[in-house]
Amino acid sequence: MIIEGFIALYIFMLAAFTGYEIISKVPVILHTPLMSGSNFVHGIVLVGTMVALGHATTPLEQAIGFVAVILAAGNAVGGYVVTERMLEMFKTSKKDDKKGDNA
Amino acid sequence: MSMIINLAYFAAAVLFIVGLKQMSSPTTARPGIIWAGVGMVIATLVTFVHPEISGGVNYTLIILGIAIGGALAWWSGKKVAMTDMPQMIALYNGMGGGAAAGIGAIYLLQATPETVSNTGLAIAVTGSLIGSVAFSGSLVAYAKLQGLMKKTFTFAGQQVVNIAIFAITVILGFLMATGGGEIGSATLLLFFVLALAFGILMTLPIGGADMPVVISLYNALTGLAVGLKGIVLDNPALMIAGIVVGAAGTLLTQLMAKAMNRPIKNILFSQFGGSAGGAEEEIEGTMKEIQANDAGIMMAYAEKVIIVPGYGMAVAQAQHKIWEFTQLLQKRGVDVKFAIHPVAGRMPGHMNVLLAEAGVPYDIIFDLDEINEEFKTADVAMVIGANDVVNPVARTNPESPIYGMPILNADQAHNVICVKRGKGSGFSGIENHLFYADNNQMLYGDGQKVAAELVASVKALG
Repeated sequence: MIIEGFIALYIFMLAAFTGYEIISKVPVILHTPLMSGSNFVHGIVLVGTMVALGHATTPLEQAIGFVAVILAAGNAVGGYVVTERMLEMFKTSKKDDKKGDNA
Repeated sequence: MSMIINLAYFAAAVLFIVGLKQMSSPTTARPGIIWAGVGMVIATLVTFVHPEISGGVNYTLIILGIAIGGALAWWSGKKVAMTDMPQMIALYNGMGGGAAAGIGAIYLLQATPETVSNTGLAIAVTGSLIGSVAFSGSLVAYAKLQGLMKKTFTFAGQQVVNIAIFAITVILGFLMATGGGEIGSATLLLFFVLALAFGILMTLPIGGADMPVVISLYNALTGLAVGLKGIVLDNPALMIAGIVVGAAGTLLTQLMAKAMNRPIKNILFSQFGGSAGGAEEEIEGTMKEIQANDAGIMMAYAEKVIIVPGYGMAVAQAQHKIWEFTQLLQKRGVDVKFAIHPVAGRMPGHMNVLLAEAGVPYDIIFDLDEINEEFKTADVAMVIGANDVVNPVARTNPESPIYGMPILNADQAHNVICVKRGKGSGFSGIENHLFYADNNQMLYGDGQKVAAELVASVKALG
């Protein structure tokens, strides 16, 4: 174990404050993309499922691990694609604004 | 080798935090998701050389699993319409919760008295419970928003049954965590079945209008489950990313619930939308109808028009035509503004995304707080595809389930035009008293067709 008991608790506490601070100043228009973005970030569970499947020994464990990897990959890739699509629109609409100003 | 892996995980954790930070500002949001994506790729690639992964079959299964899950999600994510975004987020979120539960299942199956501590078991059990609830709950949320499950499902004594199931699950979990690693497979199976059942039963009675808050809550729960799995697997990347999302998601859930003026407690533990028929007889007045042509002319000669768009407009794909109509009005010197309720669309910010897609500039889009006073001075308020967010019942009738929710004061405009596909109540099933008001006229028809007719009527004026 790299992360011993109380160190884990400290990381837990600091990460929780970090998460809270990051969101506290977000404008309403970004709520949905940000929820989608944070949904993507917990797609890191993919790494955990890879390790779990990696040391699976019985067929049952392998089956569970395999399904878990599929689900986690779906979380990560799907989360990225939809967040990127939403945020891309914010970019295009700004370009349109500039065009509108010039016209 | 473990040095490289640890450095990569550290870099991923930093990139996730920086990415989320950037995503909370409109100007840097797009690089934000890309940075987070880079972090994800680094962490995933380096895991292939993780010392704990062994066996050719396992490697094959990992690669196959990523390919299948990734390809399906890529395809569905590219294909989904912007209007269906909320339920897609619910679906992907549920998958993450399920994955966390899967990690827990493998850990608990492999547990022997020599390899695990009671603390490790307790964390694994807690993470599995939260992950399972987030998984099945998110799937129900998805089914509801996708329209696969129309009605709220309630039965007598539901709360008692839910509490009982939860209590049994927790007791089973406690037994597993204190058993010192001797876990019977029957106990384990029952634990997961009950945890999944609890997620379903908890979400079933919640009405569609409250669903965004619930999705956000499950998003936070999945984050927490992932963080707990990070402790179990001794993986700092999982831990930090999971807990950051857990905390951020919790705050986001509170912000959404506040915008809807629905305490989270009420959303989860009281039924909403299922039984809202009581107040119907009190409605006075009649619904008056107006034709698109007349409505268009009325707005063309107005000085100030406020458009209140709702989810119905987006479903009808009318936002492009509405923007065209807006531009025509602006050319005639009409002051046009868009008023966005915090929960317009299906989630806070969803409507802004949909309008941005149509090219409507930010500076004519206003929040509830910014614009509510202006309705008094507006000649026309056009409500298109919105319903509950302009229902004056929320101000006047304490009996109503939406009583106390902040609404847009569209009823205070000199004239109100409500564009609606047919006669019927809104997403929450509550009759809208605005439709019967003296200054209101109904414009029936499909949103896109109506918008096209409005455009034509203004063009005809020359």
